Amino acid sequence: MLDWLQRLGQSGLGFFERLGRAHLLFYYILSGIPSVIVRFSLLIQQIYSVGVLSLLIILVSGLFVGMVLGLQGYNTLVDFGAEESLGTVVALTLVRELGPVVTALLFAGRAGSALTAEIGLMKATEQLSGMEMMAVDPIRRVLSPRFLAGFLSMPLLAAIFSAVGVMGGYFVGVGLLGVDEGAYWSQMQSSVDLHEDIYNGVIKSFVFGVVASWIAIFEGYDATPTSEGVSRATTRTVVHTSLAVLGLDFILTALMFGDN
Amino acid sequence: MMHSRTVEIWVGLFIAGGMAALFMLAMQVSNLTVVSNDEGYAVTARFENISGLKVRSPVTMAGVRVGRVTDIGFDPQTFEAVVTMRISSDYNQLPADTSASIFTAGLLGEQYVGLDAGGDMEFLEDGSEIILTQSALILEQLIGQFLFSKASEGEAK
Repeated sequence: MLDWLQRLGQSGLGFFERLGRAHLLFYYILSGIPSVIVRFSLLIQQIYSVGVLSLLIILVSGLFVGMVLGLQGYNTLVDFGAEESLGTVVALTLVRELGPVVTALLFAGRAGSALTAEIGLMKATEQLSGMEMMAVDPIRRVLSPRFLAGFLSMPLLAAIFSAVGVMGGYFVGVGLLGVDEGAYWSQMQSSVDLHEDIYNGVIKSFVFGVVASWIAIFEGYDATPTSEGVSRATTRTVVHTSLAVLGLDFILTALMFGDN
Repeated sequence: MMHSRTVEIWVGLFIAGGMAALFMLAMQVSNLTVVSNDEGYAVTARFENISGLKVRSPVTMAGVRVGRVTDIGFDPQTFEAVVTMRISSDYNQLPADTSASIFTAGLLGEQYVGLDAGGDMEFLEDGSEIILTQSALILEQLIGQFLFSKASEGEAK
């Protein structure tokens, strides 16, 4: 019994310890960002590995998500004789919710896990301590560029996802199922608002970009420097990012769209 | 490690593609190209019942959208709804005795304000009020009236 209580306290303390470390690291990463802007080539390199390499999975899944939305939306709407509203359904679902959220989940799986594994292995092979020995700050040199790259890539990826999804819905709805082309676009334009829907979707994906890259970098930096520790950290990245994104999505949606 | 020039070109393409997607969402998907909220002039109209009219509902004339509803208020003195709508300045030559009615698009569609031009030589301007209004048709009231008239027909026979 006493043993059990002791372990409970220990894990509680461990949780708060990690939470504090994560926030301190966040602060250090942010304060390292000015030095990233000076060394721009580092950022370009990271945007390539975080953003460009995620492009394929984003394009393919965006297309298929849009096509499924077109198909399902059509089947539901045709019962009410309202299949002209298909454009509204597809665009609002993608821009408000699925674009930012699915992009963040795919980002966690594709780029977040890679970031964690990379940084974890750097720590395990003592490259990070090596940098410190050479008076190079690993937070500025390694972590900040990766964070900034994730933060900048996420909204672009989400926008590409939504745009490709709208086109996918267009192919299925207009091309295969015979919804009127003019109605598809005009209904979409009359119900999607630039400020309320598109800006809020972009804000969401910026928030998810911060959270996803922060968690990935922290788990990598905080990993136990063994091969087992790195593998566990990679798993934790994907799980924690997914949970954080879905939870935050609810809060953001309630804040943004709750009052109308 | 890839050649740094190739990396740079790919990153440039990625950023350009993302911006293009955002631009497409803004122009093609949203209503940016249609009447925005800040331009034009505001007119008010009083209705006995606005049914399901909402802020941002369209204001049309001859079926063409000329503006949007920007505010819906309630006058506690007259127990009427006060609807403020903003009409695009492209259409600044509407006669002052234009009448406003609330219609429904389709049987279950959204509510909108339809304007009918009058014959006055004066024009509506910022802050003027549309006097001639017709309230929304409430489906339940119509059905009630119909049933009532059917019942009284039966009694007469």
